[in-house]
Amino acid sequence: MSSSPSIHASERALKRLKKRHARERRFKVMGLSAIAIAVMALIWLLYSVIGTGYKAFYTHSFTLDVEMTESVLDPTGARDPDALRKSNYRRIVQNAMYERFPDVTDRKAKKELFDIISTSGAPNHLRQMAYNDPSIIGQSFTITVPTSDDVDQLLKGNIDRDLDESRRKVSDRQIAWVDQLMETGEIKSGFNKGFFVNPDSRDAELAGIATAFLGSLMTLFVTALMAIPVGIGAAIWLDEFAPRNRFVDFIEININNLAAVPSIIFGVLGLAIFINFFGLPRSIPIVGGLVLGLRALPTVIIATRATLMAVPQSIRDGALSIGASHVQAVFHHKLPHAGPGILTGSIIAMAQALGETAPLLMIGMVAFLTEVPNSPTDPATVLPVQIYIWSSNAERAWVEKTSAAIMILLLVLILINGFAIWLRNRLEKRW
Amino acid sequence: MKNLLLTGMAATALIIAGCGGGDSAPKKSTTKTETTKTTATAKKAEIRVVGSSTVYPFSTKVAQEFKNKTGQNVIVESTGSGGGHKLFCEGIGSTTPDMTNSSRRQKKSEFDKCGANGVDDIIEVKIGFDGIVLANTIDAPQMNLTLKQVYQAFAKQVPMSDTDCTMQDNPYKTWADIDASLPATKIEAYGPPPTSGTRDAFVEIAMEGGAKKYACLKELRGKDKGAFKVASHTLREDGHWNDAGENDNAIVQTLGNTPTAIGIFGYSFLDQNADSVKGANVDGIEPTFENIASGDYGIARSLFFYIKKANVAANPGIQEFALEFTAEEASGPGGYLEEIGLVPLPDAERAAYRAAVENLTPYSQ
Repeated sequence: MSSSPSIHASERALKRLKKRHARERRFKVMGLSAIAIAVMALIWLLYSVIGTGYKAFYTHSFTLDVEMTESVLDPTGARDPDALRKSNYRRIVQNAMYERFPDVTDRKAKKELFDIISTSGAPNHLRQMAYNDPSIIGQSFTITVPTSDDVDQLLKGNIDRDLDESRRKVSDRQIAWVDQLMETGEIKSGFNKGFFVNPDSRDAELAGIATAFLGSLMTLFVTALMAIPVGIGAAIWLDEFAPRNRFVDFIEININNLAAVPSIIFGVLGLAIFINFFGLPRSIPIVGGLVLGLRALPTVIIATRATLMAVPQSIRDGALSIGASHVQAVFHHKLPHAGPGILTGSIIAMAQALGETAPLLMIGMVAFLTEVPNSPTDPATVLPVQIYIWSSNAERAWVEKTSAAIMILLLVLILINGFAIWLRNRLEKRW
Repeated sequence: MKNLLLTGMAATALIIAGCGGGDSAPKKSTTKTETTKTTATAKKAEIRVVGSSTVYPFSTKVAQEFKNKTGQNVIVESTGSGGGHKLFCEGIGSTTPDMTNSSRRQKKSEFDKCGANGVDDIIEVKIGFDGIVLANTIDAPQMNLTLKQVYQAFAKQVPMSDTDCTMQDNPYKTWADIDASLPATKIEAYGPPPTSGTRDAFVEIAMEGGAKKYACLKELRGKDKGAFKVASHTLREDGHWNDAGENDNAIVQTLGNTPTAIGIFGYSFLDQNADSVKGANVDGIEPTFENIASGDYGIARSLFFYIKKANVAANPGIQEFALEFTAEEASGPGGYLEEIGLVPLPDAERAAYRAAVENLTPYSQ
């Protein structure tokens, strides 16, 4: 005779129950640890990027009295702006620095002294001033220009003062001068406006992301203009109007495959079609946008088809039953219901296009440019390319610049994705 | 769609406005914006430069100075030496690159391809040298290597002995296996991949140089160049040599994490990272700026650029740009390119190349 009242309380049943509970707990732990690993990876990424990148948003500048000596800059007195551009402004800055520290006489020490200031930025600052207004030749005034990237790195603590002199880029003498100038306030730290408004530069202290940022916006504009209308149109045709035959099946399979093709292939395609066949110039956002548009096209088509299929059949049938034409049923009834999903899919496709580098290499957008683009037909580069170029530079100061550019790119991506989520929540219909 | 664009533009405006607002100090941070303004009126044809990623830093520096001085825009693309020659040789005219940078001399095949496409007159300009260093982390013992030891450490197959050139799979596992004076640590190197010009130069100068130290391989070189190339150019694939990607900064970081490893990269990265890595002496010579300039340090290569003469007629700015590149204040001793790591040519050689630019003298292979 069994003493248990129910088979669910038998010893074997209880054992089984325990086993099932254990299995459930195991799965929960695994799920949680998967999330934990993902979160930790994200925190690590953000920590390493922000931890180094935030320093690029402030910089050190040097305030210096200069004298625009006429005998150096314009010995003939002609004041021709084009000739003035080629004058020796380096000498003017050097003289100003030697004047500031009159005790320095040794040749090597003089060179080290000059290296405190941005050796390219300071002379060019004077050059552009003289070019714009030749009457300043012969005058004396005060300029504020960036310090050299090494001094900036020293003051940000990225160069260790305690190391042996031979192992660091700044000498003991330079450290002494910089400390003195910091005390007098001639070297000051401040917001790094140049990082946002300057084009790329070979000198870390002058480099900015303006060219890449505007290039990214223009490229994305062209991409959206091409990929979204064409993609949505193709998806509607395939979903509603295409005949069911082998040819259409073949196209569908190819669209799905195209979404998985490595992106560099699209660059090769773009080079062959847009540049070699149509003869468009290299490095311009129009070509970049068209190539990325091709890249985004399959993603837009697939996302649009998925949302179109999720709209209940009854909506379309209802429209047809009261006498709407096929086109009316699709465009007046089905498409508006699929709108939010299509929009989200398109925005995600744009965000993907924003992060592409490989296809742009082939069409010449991995380039050094000294000008900010004014239109999509001016040569430009894009943010991920700027990050790629900066990350392979040798000087220490580029590390923080690279991280800061990554921060800007992430910020733009978060904004785009956030906008997509906001749209979805606002417009989504539940059935 | 419209909304997306509007948001994008609004975000830009916000960011830019934010920077402007935050900057209360009466500071003219940089001058680049002014340049843009002043040149917008007189827009000249752009100069297009493609080619080597090793020459890229120098080329961009000159492009920047040239832009400051003349207002003319120079676009420098980093395509690699081979990619540069390919684009350069596609034809003449404003749609093709005006100049290409190269971290090696133009090959005969590339020169012929140029000729076949109508690019007949090419001006060759050597701009300076770049050393290739073998470095390890600063705390590890100083390495003193000979070219022969470099070859023994990294070749896939090495001869049985100096006289017997039967090739055997590389038997050396630790540096001490090669020579008792070297540390008894595992041979482990991180170097550039086969697509890199640095790799080409390392293999051609260091590996070939080391292989020639075997008497029988030297003999083979005279008889069968192809076989010698196979013997000297093939690097080992048993985990002692690792292709580390094109980014030299990554190699420098790897060395910090693996104290026994050797990294192979350009001299400027050693110069910039003197606080974390140090260069191995090769044949007793330390890799310093002076030793590379004097030619004493063995593993150094020449850097070049090539000008398409046909394009100069339509855009004289190309010649001006090349003159700026070869000027003493740029690539001469103490010039601004030396500041960023270019090892200058001897004065007489630089003068000869400058004359070639002035007279647009084509070169021949």
